Amino acid sequence: MFNLDGFGPLLLQGTLVTLQLSLASLAIGLVLGLLGATMKLSRFRLLRALAGTYTAVIRGVPELIVILFIYYGGVILLNNLAHGLGYKGYIDVSGFSAGVIALSLTFGAYATEIFRGGIAAVPGNQIEAARAIGMAQTTIFRRILLPQVWRFALPGLGNVFLVIIKETALVSVIGLDELMRKTDIAVGYTKKPFTFYLFAACIYMVITAITMQMQRQLERRANRGVAGRAGA
Amino acid sequence: MNISVMLAALPDLLRAVPLTMELVALALLVGLLIALPTALARLSNVAPLRWGATAYVFFFRGTPLLVQIFLIYYGLSQFAAVRSSIAWVILKEPFWCALIALSLNTGAYTAEVFRGGILSVPHNQIEAARAIGMSPVAAFRRVIWPQAIRQALPAYGNEMILMVKASSLASTVTLMEITGVARTLASDTYMPIEIFTTAALIYLCLTYAMAQAIHLVERRLDVTRTRA
Repeated sequence: MFNLDGFGPLLLQGTLVTLQLSLASLAIGLVLGLLGATMKLSRFRLLRALAGTYTAVIRGVPELIVILFIYYGGVILLNNLAHGLGYKGYIDVSGFSAGVIALSLTFGAYATEIFRGGIAAVPGNQIEAARAIGMAQTTIFRRILLPQVWRFALPGLGNVFLVIIKETALVSVIGLDELMRKTDIAVGYTKKPFTFYLFAACIYMVITAITMQMQRQLERRANRGVAGRAGA
Repeated sequence: MNISVMLAALPDLLRAVPLTMELVALALLVGLLIALPTALARLSNVAPLRWGATAYVFFFRGTPLLVQIFLIYYGLSQFAAVRSSIAWVILKEPFWCALIALSLNTGAYTAEVFRGGILSVPHNQIEAARAIGMSPVAAFRRVIWPQAIRQALPAYGNEMILMVKASSLASTVTLMEITGVARTLASDTYMPIEIFTTAALIYLCLTYAMAQAIHLVERRLDVTRTRA
């Protein structure tokens, strides 16, 4: 169907980087999201304000600006900090780490809201009951809250992850050799932009379709034992 | 952070705001015109209509916007037939290509929002409307649509805000909207932190204003709220 002029392996390499970028951002973003949600539900006003500013800024600013800021601005901030601490050399920030930082911050901001909603959806008397039978705070979190929050949050998290997969393409703008950038290179050599961008589009669609399938499996697993939801 | 650099960059960045707003407003308008027929086609009994609309929605929701912009701006030039056609007057301009890509993109997402809204209207209301002799068009206009749009508005509001953010990708095909100007200024001044922070603040103002406007419309459409 596609004549790739021998650029197939190059595009495959790019696809792998795209997947690594997506998964790394997912892992760090989930941690940021849990942290953000805990801060938003905290008793301390300062923590609530910090988390609120974080989600408002990230959700109101284009991801491209965040990526550019972290790639070009992050280097300066990091080196200023290092020099302040007495380090003499120069620290370079790779396109990959800048991309992971920017995309995890984005995922984390949306996940914060999703986790907050999920935590709020767990009935409060369950927590009281758990405390009454003598469960420790961490046990309550692990055994009562997390399994249910996970179930409530999965659909939302899946949607945001699909958005993040597509946003990895933006990291090509700062020169990271992911799928989109490799496609640009192939286009430069072959002068066949339509063929190659359409091929890249198909790869993204395949990744999206597989992710949606996995999301469905995970949701089914998380919903097992819940009346009317399991095995649907 | 150097405040004077930020203040110096502000006029240039603000001059780019109209182009961003123009892109967003036009894309949302064309997107709306695409979305309603697409949503209806997705719910249609005619199989080819349903398949066509589903394929369109799947493609534009399943691929990155950047790929869509590049496919239209760079991709179409691969075909000599396109380059020699009358459409080339439009397709060689980055503005129109970015606008086409943004419109098709938001059209697909909005179609799904509308579809959800239409599906949320209880079926017995439609049966009742038909039973008292309303035509399908009248039932849609007077019974289904007013409820569907109310149901869809929060999600559509999100989509409008996402469009403001998405318009920043127009900078990748050389358009000098806010992000395009910011990138040029950042490389000219070597002050990326100040420049991108200023651009981010402008975007925050735009998205905040948009959220407030949507909130206002939502309140007006909320029939359960008693008028003061």
